[in-house]
Amino acid sequence: MADGDRQRSVRSPSSRAERLVALFAVAFLLLNYPLLSLFAGDALAFGIPVLYLYLFLAWAGVIALTGWIMSRRHRH
Amino acid sequence: MPEWLIIVTPFVYLGLLFAIAYVADQRARSGRSLVNNPYVYTLSIAVYCTAWTFYGSVGRAAQDGMSFITIYLGPTLVAIVWWLVLRKMIRIAKQHRVTSIADFIASRYGKSMLLGGLATFIAVVGITPYIALQLKAVSASFDALISFPDGAGGAAAGTALLGDKAFWVAGLLAVFAILFGTRNIDATERLEGMVVAVAFESIVKLVAFLAVGVFVTFVLYAGPADLVQHAREQEALRELLSFRDSPGGYGSWLGMMLLSMAAILFLPRQFQVTVVENVNEDHLRVASWLFPLYLLLINIFVLPIALAGLLYFGDTPVSPDNYVLALPLAEGNELLALFVYLGGFSAATGMVIVATIALAIMVSNDLFMPALLRIRHWPVIERFGLRRLIIYLRRGIIVGLVLLGYAYFRLIAETYALVSIGLISFVAVAQFAPPILLGMYWKGASRPGAVVGLVAGFAIWAYTLFLPSLMDPGWLPAGPLDGGPFGIALLDPHALFGLRGLDPITHALFWSMLGNVGSIVVISLLTRQSDIERIQAALFVDVFLRSEQDTRFWQGNATIGDVEALLARFVGEERARKALAHYLPRGDDPAEAAGRQAPPGLVNHAERVLSGTIGSASARVMVSSIVQGEALTFEGVMQILDATSQAIEYSQRLEQKSRQLEQATSELRAANERLKELDQLKDEFVSMVSHELRTPLTSIRAFGEILMNNPDMDGDQRHEFLDVVVRESERLTRLINQVLDLSRIESGWSAWQLQTVDLRDIVHEGAEATSQLFRDRDLALQQDTPEQPCYVKGDADRLIQLVINLLSNAVKFSDPERGAVRVSLATRGSFHELRVTDHGPGIPEHERERVFDKFHQISDQQAGKPKGSGLGLAICKRITDLHWGTIHAENADAGGASFVVRLPEAGGEHCDIG
Repeated sequence: MADGDRQRSVRSPSSRAERLVALFAVAFLLLNYPLLSLFAGDALAFGIPVLYLYLFLAWAGVIALTGWIMSRRHRH
Repeated sequence: MPEWLIIVTPFVYLGLLFAIAYVADQRARSGRSLVNNPYVYTLSIAVYCTAWTFYGSVGRAAQDGMSFITIYLGPTLVAIVWWLVLRKMIRIAKQHRVTSIADFIASRYGKSMLLGGLATFIAVVGITPYIALQLKAVSASFDALISFPDGAGGAAAGTALLGDKAFWVAGLLAVFAILFGTRNIDATERLEGMVVAVAFESIVKLVAFLAVGVFVTFVLYAGPADLVQHAREQEALRELLSFRDSPGGYGSWLGMMLLSMAAILFLPRQFQVTVVENVNEDHLRVASWLFPLYLLLINIFVLPIALAGLLYFGDTPVSPDNYVLALPLAEGNELLALFVYLGGFSAATGMVIVATIALAIMVSNDLFMPALLRIRHWPVIERFGLRRLIIYLRRGIIVGLVLLGYAYFRLIAETYALVSIGLISFVAVAQFAPPILLGMYWKGASRPGAVVGLVAGFAIWAYTLFLPSLMDPGWLPAGPLDGGPFGIALLDPHALFGLRGLDPITHALFWSMLGNVGSIVVISLLTRQSDIERIQAALFVDVFLRSEQDTRFWQGNATIGDVEALLARFVGEERARKALAHYLPRGDDPAEAAGRQAPPGLVNHAERVLSGTIGSASARVMVSSIVQGEALTFEGVMQILDATSQAIEYSQRLEQKSRQLEQATSELRAANERLKELDQLKDEFVSMVSHELRTPLTSIRAFGEILMNNPDMDGDQRHEFLDVVVRESERLTRLINQVLDLSRIESGWSAWQLQTVDLRDIVHEGAEATSQLFRDRDLALQQDTPEQPCYVKGDADRLIQLVINLLSNAVKFSDPERGAVRVSLATRGSFHELRVTDHGPGIPEHERERVFDKFHQISDQQAGKPKGSGLGLAICKRITDLHWGTIHAENADAGGASFVVRLPEAGGEHCDIG
């Protein structure tokens, strides 16, 4: 078990980089064509245009995930 | 609103800003820095939000719907990977004392003066429209405030220079930038006052924009849903709310996003606040989510304000860029309007101040300094004082830059919307992305490639965007370029080589990036790098692998006196002495040392100090002027670097080894502890066993002696005594048997046989073996076993022993009059449960754990003498443990005790052992 811990702590700095790159890719996909086109249209949700709602929710989600990844301290 | 109030307010506000900056500088000097925290850092990065954001976004949204938001989504994407990209830029900039984006490029490609100058030129030309945008926004908001509703359409055109407010605003901003940015010439010394002032401005503009957003959405209308409902009643607005009719479609969306991604990293003012003014790399951890959050907040009301503006003003001449201000004005809320005006003023001034300071450092270090060094009219310059010269130079440059922006504003800015002007600048700045990003991750990127790439990108930008922007308003004759010069349709600046279907910005971005990236890659692959280029490339790309001390590549001779004199000329004698003190032996007199040869570390340090003051290219020229002999070759530098990195690697390996040793030691220590513990347990066991053996032995011996000494004892008593002797002997035998059993069991599975056994058989056999005991005490045994077999894995003999021990224990404590002993077997999930219940006195709560300890006897005052050896239950516990089961005691409902054994069903996960 002590061995497993050591391996994890060695891996962790690079895993933050990996997570950030993955999040970047996801965010890029979320905020561009073609996913964006799913919400283009004049439908409303809660009285607000879905495109507007989607963009701000996706944006907030990306920010929250960035904060989560960055706030996890890696052990040395 | 009285005009004097509108004029005086910005002055009062600037005064406040200056006071804030002054306090921040004072605190920095006394070591209580305000900027050393991630929140001020984040707010200073928000200088990204200029008048473009404050006024222009609403204008853009009113025209195009959601596309304004791409300018803020791009930075959000980049912020995710700031920890990887920006941190590397910061580390490089710190190590090489890079102070501007131009210096970064020059330094990477072999400290090239040509590249530094080129990048500076591009930055100045590219940022000029951006500065013009701010002036336009401030003067337009001023006019709107003074003469609403008549003058809200745009800035006053065609007024005389001195009557133009924008001119005075420009002058004021120049003065402000000079006061903040040019007091010290070492650009690596942080401008803390400026940073804190900009951070404060970021708060003001955010609060102001949120205030007007809340006012429009919740006071003018009854919330966002109400606003949207009103908007949807008009066909044109209905279209705006969906993405379908956005000009340029998704290609334009992606193009703008890529542009803003480049801008957040490479705009000169962003480089200044994120890289040069960074105190601690760790601040990025907060900034990379807090800055996008700031952007989200400042954008959340853009669309509502745009919709409300369109509904409110519709076809009136009010420009959409002014809706932010016009809405509260039209509603008569003048106080809010004044606050909004201040917010916009904040946004504009923050940009102008930081951008002009950053550009001024660039221009003085990368354009004027190299020229100055070439002229070499040293006597004249020396008389004036070089440091003074540089400071005045920078002041002049700031004034020049602001005037340039003003000129652009006067010429063309009035016909363009704010965002369109800004995007022209963004495309220019995006040209820095290829040389920097490629330079940071690809050692092969070469100087000729970077030069050609920058020239190509800039030329295409100028041809497809900048020149048309000058021509459209009719300043230059529109003829030559419309539809292509000389009628060559392929050269049409908005459809180069016949490429159509893109909006002008995306079109220019595509062609300029193609030219830029293509040139760098192709030419780099075809050319050889010089030594200094290879060295710098290796240092930039591998910046995280090396420490600061490694960057040395002078091996020629220079005297300490020369170095000191050189430093003193540029940074003053005070700092020159300080820089020297590090490299001289303690207590050494600098005057004496002057003639001695300078150590290589000192020469490198001197070059870095100079880099911070006059740029890396000039610094290299200056140092080479005092060093006799050659700079090190690439191989030489790499040897030094490799030696260092080898040493680092060795020490890392050593560290790892010692960590492993430490762990082995601690494991050994733990094993030793355990052994000691076991040894102690054994001693206790032996002493306990001896004690238990002595009791029956003593009584046997006592009775034996009595019998021997009294031969004439009467028969009855003799019989009674012999009976005691026999019973005690039996007890002794039993005890010894159990000790033997226990020791056999302690040895574990090595002597056992693992087989699948049916617990029902075990119970029957155990019951049979103890039947005599039951008969002796006249007790009944009630067996309750299920129909189906209960298979477990285990050693049959041991399990029988377990049952026997439990049953004989039950016999010992049961009261025959209260009922039978009951043994039952049941299946519970993946376990079989064996339960032996007696009708004895039960086991008190606190004894239930301890009855399984060796030699533990429940002290029973009525019984007086213990009935068992104290080993039976200990053996049971050991056997269940070795069969992966559990045993515990509980009190039965009828008052007796129950012993419950749970053993895992055969075929479960535990059973492949053995």
